[in-house]
Amino acid sequence: MVEAFVAVFQRPNFLTFVIIFLWGFYIMVTRFNLVKKLIGMYLMQTSVIFFLVSISAKKGATIPVLLSTTEPVKAVNYANPLPHVLTLTAIVVGVATLGVGLALCAAIYRKYGSLDEQDILEKLK
Amino acid sequence: MIFSLQIPLLLLLLVTAAGAIMVKDLMSAVLLLGTYSFFLSVVWGWLGAVDVAFVEAVVGAGLATVLFLLTLFGTAPKDTRFRRPPPSLAVLIVFPLLGLLLLYAAKDLPEFGDPNSPASVHISPIYLEQSYQETHTPNVVTSVLMDYRSLDTMVETVVIFSAGIACALLLRRHSK
Repeated sequence: MVEAFVAVFQRPNFLTFVIIFLWGFYIMVTRFNLVKKLIGMYLMQTSVIFFLVSISAKKGATIPVLLSTTEPVKAVNYANPLPHVLTLTAIVVGVATLGVGLALCAAIYRKYGSLDEQDILEKLK
Repeated sequence: MIFSLQIPLLLLLLVTAAGAIMVKDLMSAVLLLGTYSFFLSVVWGWLGAVDVAFVEAVVGAGLATVLFLLTLFGTAPKDTRFRRPPPSLAVLIVFPLLGLLLLYAAKDLPEFGDPNSPASVHISPIYLEQSYQETHTPNVVTSVLMDYRSLDTMVETVVIFSAGIACALLLRRHSK
């Protein structure tokens, strides 16, 4: 039990990821305003990306741009480039899905005159 | 990388995220979300992921905030419901359970900044050591994105294209 606590506090990045992820998910489930739900979704997306990028960090390493192109490269001196590439794709795709969600919000507001989930459900009946 | 900056930066992230969630006025919430994105890009620059930090500062803090603001100018900028009913029993059970499970898994994760973590030993040393001979680009992220995984990047543009088409179809005004 104590070991588990120590393990969590030795990894503050992971703790931050868990807090923001769960809070964003909770907002998505419980709030009624559609824009608020999208804010929660955006927090979830960026927290997962934050977790992946913090895996790629190495102590004492620099950014993954080669300092010298003639000498042989030691991988320990550079941060891991692979999570960076994967998260670049994920950020852009995440903002694209966010844009579709916001366009849906605008279309719903144009038809029902409200962004509140329960108002919309009453008007649908 | 200066690892003593870690705790203040993470606290800034948490505070701006909490502000974006708890503020009632949606316009302020969106602007706080932009601040959160910007602090996130600062954190990524500090973690050594400069390319990701640039993309987050441009696309996350810039484009996402602009999209949110455009939607809010077209719709209602206030969260009308100030009193919410209490969350249901399922929510109260599932979320603490999920949090406990995630935190329980923490001790199996590699240490922060460990050069021998599983993510850093399998294929990424090969990319780092051989990419200049194979692609002639000093920036390893660029060579992986545009050379080794260029198909992945191409399909990503297909995703963005279809998202753009979906937005255009949703926002089209019907002629009467």
